Amino acid sequence: MPRRDDLSSILVIGSGPIVIGQACEFDYSGTQACRVLVEEGYRVVLANSNPATIMTDPEFAHRTYVEPLDVDVLAAIIERERPDAVLGTLGGQTALNLAVGLVERGVLERFGVELIGASAEAIHTAEDRERFKAAMTEIGLSVPPSGFAHNHEEALGVAEEIGFPLIVRPSFILGGAGTGIAHDLDSFRALARTAIATSPISEILIERSIAGWKEYELEVMRDRADNCVVVCSIENLDPMGVHTGDSITVAPIQTLADVEYQRMRDAAFACIRRIGVETGGSNIQFAVDPERGDMAVIEMNPRVSRSSALASKATGFPIAKIAARLAVGYTLDEIANDITRETPASFEPTIDYVVTKVPRWAFEKFPGIPDALGTSMQSVGEAMAIGRTFPESLQKALRSLEHGRWGLNCDPGETALDSVSDDELVRRASVATPDRPFQLEAAMRRGIGADRLASATGVDHWFLGQIGSIVGERERLAGRRVQNMARSDWRKAKRLGFGDAQLARLLGSTEDAVRRARLAVGVRPTFKTVDTCGAEFEAATPYHYSTYEDEDEVRPSRRPTVIVLGSGPNRIGQGIEFDYCCVQASFALRQAGYETVMVNSNPETVSTDYDTSDRLYFEPVGEEEVRNVIEAEQSVAEAGGGVVGVVVSLGGQTPLKLAGRLPRELVLGTSPEAIDLAEDRERWSALCARLEIPQPAGATATSVDEALAVLGRIGYPALLRPSYVLGGRAMEIVYDEPGLRQAMAALAPFGGTGAAGSLGREGGLSAERPVLVDRFLEDAIEVDVDAVRDRTGEIVIGGVMEHVEEAGVHSGDSACVIPPPTLPTSTVEVIEGYTRAIADALDVQGPINVQYAVKQGQVFVIEANPRASRTVPFVAKATGVPLAKVAARVIVGATLTELRAEGLLVSPGGGDRVSVKEAVLPFARFPDVDTLLGPEMRSTGEVMGTDRTFGLAFAKSQMAAGARLPDAGAVFLSLADRDKSAGLGAAVRFVELGFSLAATGGTAAFLEEHGVPVETIVAKVGEVRSGGDGEGVDAIELIASGKVKLVVNTPRGRGPRADGAYIRTTASVQGVPCLTTVAAARAAAAGIADWAGHPLTVRSLQELHQGDQLRLPL
Amino acid sequence: MSDALLVLADGAVFEGEAVGAGAPGGVATGEVVFNTVMSGYQEVITDPSYAGQVITFTYPHIGNYGVAPDDDESRRPWCRGVVVRDLAPRPSSWRSVESLGDFLERHGVPGIAGIDTRRLTRHIREAGALPCAFGPADEKTLLAAAQAEPGTDGVDLATAVSTPQPYRVGDGPLRVVAYDFGLKRAMLRRLGAMARVDVVPARTPAEEVLADRPDGVLLSNGPGDPAALGYAVDTIGAMLGEVPVFGICLGHQLLATALGGTTYKLAFGHHGGNHPVRRIESNGVEITSQNHNYAVADGSVPGADITHVNLNDGVVEGLRSRDLAAFGVQYHPEAGPGPHDAEYLFDEFLLLMEAGR
Ligand SMILES: Nc1ncnc2c1ncn2[C@@H]1O[C@H](COP(=O)(O)OP(=O)(O)O)[C@@H](O)[C@H]1O
Ligand SMILES: Nc1ncnc2c1ncn2[C@@H]1O[C@H](COP(=O)(O)OP(=O)(O)O)[C@@H](O)[C@H]1O
Ligand SMILES: [Mg+2]
Ligand SMILES: [Mg+2]
Repeated sequence: MPRRDDLSSILVIGSGPIVIGQACEFDYSGTQACRVLVEEGYRVVLANSNPATIMTDPEFAHRTYVEPLDVDVLAAIIERERPDAVLGTLGGQTALNLAVGLVERGVLERFGVELIGASAEAIHTAEDRERFKAAMTEIGLSVPPSGFAHNHEEALGVAEEIGFPLIVRPSFILGGAGTGIAHDLDSFRALARTAIATSPISEILIERSIAGWKEYELEVMRDRADNCVVVCSIENLDPMGVHTGDSITVAPIQTLADVEYQRMRDAAFACIRRIGVETGGSNIQFAVDPERGDMAVIEMNPRVSRSSALASKATGFPIAKIAARLAVGYTLDEIANDITRETPASFEPTIDYVVTKVPRWAFEKFPGIPDALGTSMQSVGEAMAIGRTFPESLQKALRSLEHGRWGLNCDPGETALDSVSDDELVRRASVATPDRPFQLEAAMRRGIGADRLASATGVDHWFLGQIGSIVGERERLAGRRVQNMARSDWRKAKRLGFGDAQLARLLGSTEDAVRRARLAVGVRPTFKTVDTCGAEFEAATPYHYSTYEDEDEVRPSRRPTVIVLGSGPNRIGQGIEFDYCCVQASFALRQAGYETVMVNSNPETVSTDYDTSDRLYFEPVGEEEVRNVIEAEQSVAEAGGGVVGVVVSLGGQTPLKLAGRLPRELVLGTSPEAIDLAEDRERWSALCARLEIPQPAGATATSVDEALAVLGRIGYPALLRPSYVLGGRAMEIVYDEPGLRQAMAALAPFGGTGAAGSLGREGGLSAERPVLVDRFLEDAIEVDVDAVRDRTGEIVIGGVMEHVEEAGVHSGDSACVIPPPTLPTSTVEVIEGYTRAIADALDVQGPINVQYAVKQGQVFVIEANPRASRTVPFVAKATGVPLAKVAARVIVGATLTELRAEGLLVSPGGGDRVSVKEAVLPFARFPDVDTLLGPEMRSTGEVMGTDRTFGLAFAKSQMAAGARLPDAGAVFLSLADRDKSAGLGAAVRFVELGFSLAATGGTAAFLEEHGVPVETIVAKVGEVRSGGDGEGVDAIELIASGKVKLVVNTPRGRGPRADGAYIRTTASVQGVPCLTTVAAARAAAAGIADWAGHPLTVRSLQELHQGDQLRLPL
Repeated sequence: MSDALLVLADGAVFEGEAVGAGAPGGVATGEVVFNTVMSGYQEVITDPSYAGQVITFTYPHIGNYGVAPDDDESRRPWCRGVVVRDLAPRPSSWRSVESLGDFLERHGVPGIAGIDTRRLTRHIREAGALPCAFGPADEKTLLAAAQAEPGTDGVDLATAVSTPQPYRVGDGPLRVVAYDFGLKRAMLRRLGAMARVDVVPARTPAEEVLADRPDGVLLSNGPGDPAALGYAVDTIGAMLGEVPVFGICLGHQLLATALGGTTYKLAFGHHGGNHPVRRIESNGVEITSQNHNYAVADGSVPGADITHVNLNDGVVEGLRSRDLAAFGVQYHPEAGPGPHDAEYLFDEFLLLMEAGR
């Protein structure tokens, strides 16, 4: 069954902002889908609110709508574009739910649009846990005993019936939000309540807990002819009870006999057929009782998922690409396997290596949140590593996390466990946390038996045995010295994944000495190929990983080669934006005739697609591995080829940190010295002084006393900033000495627990890494600038972004606007002037990002980063200038003049539009966290709203961020004293717009003084006041009552649990939009006003920036 | 574990360490082939079709879930040796009774671990299956041994692995005779459900079998070169038309030969659990378990239709006689190890037998 010719135009729905449980894997799948559908000759219309995605680059679709992902908005897009079909299975849960919404609201019917991929019926049967379980039972597959409840009473009834332990899970949710395990009635009550609230259809599944069973996943594909294949099998190291997204997972399955595996495979096919997913990929989860082998089905995701991305990278089988082809009518046997080219896609990949994925969490950013893992996903990113054995891939994966660990222990981080008693160690390991693998290794090294560890943790004996071989090797090497290591010793250690740094520590030597010594005896990495077939057929695709074997498979290269270093696992502060830059660079450089080589460890990304670059090395982005790649590339260079250099300034802080450790002559673009100068506070200040660019008063300190001395000069409030960090890591505003002491404590190297000392993990505090103590500029407007400077000194300013929230809210967490809505042109000119001066002084050759704070018209520079920034993609979408591509070309020596001539550097478009970037925060995942914004960045993703006025654009951005502004109801105000006068204007606006006001005592009094009517005066939390309409109501009750549609609460008091915190937390739990700055409140009022007056309009990027017509990268 | 070398007849050398049983004089020999299954090593190692061969597993971790008696495909391993990257130090499974290492030792099967099996596989892919020798002995000795190793062309390995005595399994309504050329138990498990199965030695004469009028005859899988089994071809020739015949793997090649077809040796054969096969009748694709070095030449079988082809390389995977009740497949519908996609073939055999009653 070939391509469907009855379709000509297809709407692809993206997955929106990066959130926990839905990250850039859907940019990878969406990008693949768009490329395939365009290749197939369809007119592709794309909707995605996330400007940081590669798929939303105008060149990937004929029409690209960066608009809120909302049924009304999609309806408007469908009405304009009249697609023949909608593809909703490649945009995660978001797209899936929207597709269902479009069906249920009759939109597809009205415009005669077909839903391809999976039918609404199939989606319902898979997603509605009740129907899913019924379906599975019907086909004879077992599921844990369970019942459903739609309210508290029902819930208790079901609990009676099934008995504890119980797991509670809401229907129609992603990433396990609101799920948990209860061992008794009390914990059950609480759990059931939140779960019912979390489910969009307020339905929960109450199920017998089988925590401790082994957990597995199969990635299955099915085509229109009912051919089914398993693309990849995955085993979770952490047993049932830890969300697969939070588990260390391994491909292929390790501990199932073939008879057991085949039974699971049959079950998977029965499942996908019963659910009725006609075409595409599905992810099916199973649990197996380690004692008796009983098998249960856990769930099915009738769409491409996080695991599909992992499976694609793990096997080389491009699930999303193929799913897109299947959706338009092809069958598996009609599609060629890209990698072998000879053989068809209708087969099951077999692999001859082991793949390990390790999640990356951000607990350090959420003080007070226990780092225990459970059935609700909490990780913000993941790293994957490939090795020939599990120990090798595990150690590489742990290195890839960039969490200050060098592998499975054998590093400074391991000392944290030294003081812990054996029993305590086992007790800690019995709770799944990010530290579990390290605890297991430490325990085994102490001789604690595998049986005891297996029963305490549920980790399978096979995995423990493998960790045991790492321990064994370490013991073998104990007391050895570099000079008495034989070739076979080096080889054995490297084959178990030990990094040179780990070995240096073991052998009491240095990383460089270790490297020299092992190279001297010929122990160097060999690069193998991911080929889907275990070497049975020749592979055409150069997708490599390093290991220590006999044979190397990297092919000769005859063209100048540029190595682009990726940004590693997603984390808060460094995410998809940087992958966007790296991918754009690869495309731009390939177009310019270079061969590009990508090095990255993040399986969710487009950069780790084997066809994004000429060669892909799936490796940790660390010094040892990057040097290996450089040497491998140099060794295969033939006439006409050769390594031109390494791009370090597009992947965020990760590659930038390596700049100084790589061969000087190979670092392209801005020099390592300049990079260091920008990071080194002393020299940087001196530079600004020389350039006469004002900075907030401040100095560096490495101890509390030094810090106090500085504060004596500059005075409070002050901002503490560690150097060499990103995302405002461990940054604090201190208002007094106790605050200061507390903040400094958090910077202490290792040993500290939880958030305190968490920075130690990332290097801690030292003479080389002092803390910056700055005067904190209150009520200042923050401004971000992205620019590119070429070797001739010409500069192009990509964009000047004015932030909505004032300085003090991390640039990554505040909304920002292009063009600046309030800054006078004179100020913008000053800012551009400073930016030029700084770029010149640093002799920047490539991208630079500078941040400013404008206080009472005076411009202060906060920091400059001589690298691509988080905002580059947003600027590109807002102006139509492909800034990342321009930067990449400039880095390898092109001049802006040349790029203009080429037509790559175009003049900014979209002049008549306002674009707003809004941050998306993960508070819904962490109900106990204060939603107050601060200098430590906590957002996971971003959305963009663009329209004719600031108000409309802001309103769209809020809608896109999932906090749709209300059009009526009550606005609840609770303002800090210093914000009251500023808040007045906003309050007046709300009343004019027909909202009623509620406020806490002080705020109410202030407003009424100024003649603003306040309908409800509420008591401070806890204290019930008499008199006023607020009789007996406190803020929490009022918000919980549902009358309040918008909360404006600015900080009062500094305690983390100050009154306001309760208000903000309740709002976020109740899903009421909550603004924590007056600036945002004003913006919201403007938005509501404009929104009321204007009908919803949508525009594609191609229309906004004329001339942006489709030009596929390659 | 002592250091050991693997040396191929063409001189290629691989470093590893000895595992499993010790080989006489520190030298084990055989024809080296590879198998790409990621699970099912025990079934592969106990499959008589590997008689005379040294099995390289492309998946690096072998022995993970130990050894379970239920997974034996015959009464003992017949292969000459096992080559792996890593032999599990600590197997883990509720089904396991011993580690693979102990199993190999108990059955006298030598092995070598720590080998760059990917390099070896790529080598075999280029050079074709070739004789090898491995063990703790020195390189020169091993090379000589490898070059002295005859290989499998023209050798009758089936008689050697076949059951010496007839035996009976299953209690289904029908009566099937299974010719054991290296029979896998998985076939008996499938047939046993539908028939009473008499397993007979490879050299059992046709008259004897036809004498007690079975409903059908199964020609089993088995090792080596079909061209070396003239006696079997004659036997089959005598039975064709008299009784429904179903051939699997070697049995399929023998059937084809008996029908007048010819066979040839593939460069490195098909050994894995993921080969896509087109079922021409339905145009559907089935993922199959495969293990053969020889194949039936396309278009060489008069009076038969090709029913299945391999989508990777077009090799004939199945055929059916137009006017005689006989069909065969080159791959393994009984799985063990591998997918169950082709189980329906046993039902087709059932229908054929019922039709013949
Ligand atoms: N009955 C159960 N007992 C114990 N743990 C369970 C059970 N069901 C699910 N889990 C755990 O919860 C996690 C999330 O459940 P799942 O159904 O996959 O939800 P999601 O849609 O969030 O992936 C699973 O990965 C598994 O570890
Ligand atoms: N002196 C200051 N006064 C007010 N706010 C500041 C000051 N310095 C930094 N900030 C705020 O802290 C945030 C983080 O600081 P920054 O240096 O940008 O850290 P990072 O490099 O992690 O982005 C900035 O976005 C800004 O909002
Ligand atoms: Mg799941
Ligand atoms: Mg910043």
